[in-house]
Amino acid sequence: MTVGLEPNPEATRPDTVGAGGRRKGSSYGTTSLRVGAASIWISVIVLLPLAAILWQSAGGGWGAFVDAVTYPSAVASFKVTLTISLGVAIVNTFFGLLVAWVLTRDDFVGKRLVDAIIDLPFALPTIVASLVMLALYGNNSPLGIHVQHTRWGVGVALLFVTLPFVVRSVQPVLLELDREVEEAAASLGANNWTIFRAVILPALLPSLLSGAGLAFSRAVGEFGSVVLIGGGIPGETQVSSQWIATLLEYNDRTSAAAISIVLLVVSFLILFVLRFVGGRAAKREQLAP
Amino acid sequence: MNQSKVIRYLFRYVALLYLLLLLIIPVGLILWRTFEPGIGAFFASIGTPAAISALQLSLLVVAIVVPLNVLFGVPTALVLARNKFRGKNLLQAAIDLPFAVSPVVVGVALILLWGSAGLFGFVENGLGVKIIFAFPAIVLASIFVTVPFVIREVEPVLHELGTDQEEAAATLGSSWWQTFWRITLPSIRWGLTYGIVLTVARTLGEFGAVLMVSSNLPGKSQTLTLLVSNRHAAGQEYGAYAIATLLMTVAVLVLVVQVILDARRVGAAK
Repeated sequence: MTVGLEPNPEATRPDTVGAGGRRKGSSYGTTSLRVGAASIWISVIVLLPLAAILWQSAGGGWGAFVDAVTYPSAVASFKVTLTISLGVAIVNTFFGLLVAWVLTRDDFVGKRLVDAIIDLPFALPTIVASLVMLALYGNNSPLGIHVQHTRWGVGVALLFVTLPFVVRSVQPVLLELDREVEEAAASLGANNWTIFRAVILPALLPSLLSGAGLAFSRAVGEFGSVVLIGGGIPGETQVSSQWIATLLEYNDRTSAAAISIVLLVVSFLILFVLRFVGGRAAKREQLAP
Repeated sequence: MNQSKVIRYLFRYVALLYLLLLLIIPVGLILWRTFEPGIGAFFASIGTPAAISALQLSLLVVAIVVPLNVLFGVPTALVLARNKFRGKNLLQAAIDLPFAVSPVVVGVALILLWGSAGLFGFVENGLGVKIIFAFPAIVLASIFVTVPFVIREVEPVLHELGTDQEEAAATLGSSWWQTFWRITLPSIRWGLTYGIVLTVARTLGEFGAVLMVSSNLPGKSQTLTLLVSNRHAAGQEYGAYAIATLLMTVAVLVLVVQVILDARRVGAAK
């Protein structure tokens, strides 16, 4: 950066009036106009609807919120959602690391194709993902695996939709990793496992955590891909998003708002922690020579 | 780290087996089941009146969502990349919110805001504009889930671009519109393209949020994804596969665009 040499370009730029008689759109008035337009757009589309959830829940009062959140079906749905999401995040952290490793350190025919299709679960509509999983793991399974209407079915669907997260967060870090450090460790007599544990894993940890956190967050809120294969059996395969949909069918808006708030809080907590971890990793990188 | 051959093959084949079981075989199976009865059956299934009207509805939603996202997304990206202002971090966080919100929660939020008993219920009760369980809600839900795409694809390009060229143009007397049209827009066109592609794909593919706020009437308020779910529920397995394959084609096109743009980016970096 040449910040020290040239001060703020905004400050030194002459206030030339263009041929059209209009100044370039960075004067104070235009900026606040553009900021205002952007803020209103995001508010109407995103923030106001979310605020309406808080408003609905507040209207019901604290008692109604606690009732909704501690209702047996709600508690059961939280348990199902969180345990399966946690399992899915762990499995995909392991396999995501393995896939990213193979894609960066190995070479084989068709590698680029494999690399490209990793993103397919992101591009595929969730209801199609559900159908796709049902084709192989449902009652018509050619493999003879029937997990429809079981927790395993929900898990498989969530594994599918969250597959790219860890791969895509670890892959660029693995690619940038300095191989010389590994060679130095090897020349000092470290075996592969030691190199992996002491050199590679610490460097990958922030990206692994971030991928796992995003996968978990996605799994917690997932709806479309689990409806067909899960079936929404209360206490067994009914995830929280399905419970919210059920509540709305019974027109219980206050309870639906309460469960929505719980899901939102879980997602925000994860994002907040990830920002913190990411921020610390970035700082460490800056401090490194 | 020098891996022995055994370890390398073990890693490779375990990883490929995982992808095969989770991704490749299931997707291949759908394609096979769709095209096994012949290409004619596929086109007959996606050519029924219900399917045609679902396609039209989905495309109409796309035709509204994409221009709105471009019209508001590009200026928002510009403001985020070029200006410092109070509350910028807040705006940044708000833009990423849709990625973190469950589709069902999006539906709940829209019903509680725009529904007849909602915060903005006066729009339906007073002005007589039905939003929830009508077409506007499908559009609102689609915009909610796609709002980050254009902004998040364009903003980094603007950062990289810097302001040198724009300033030069301004010094030479070009109006802001000329500067935008001749300098800024050509520079961001690939980021914008990819943002639009993602927006189109997500709009066509959104299910949960749309399901919550649509009346889901065949031929009237049924999008392609709702049609897939309805056909499956009605036991029309093949019909569901056919529409799913149609949607999958869109997803594959997105991946192709992504690969092409990545290659361009690598080429530009060299």
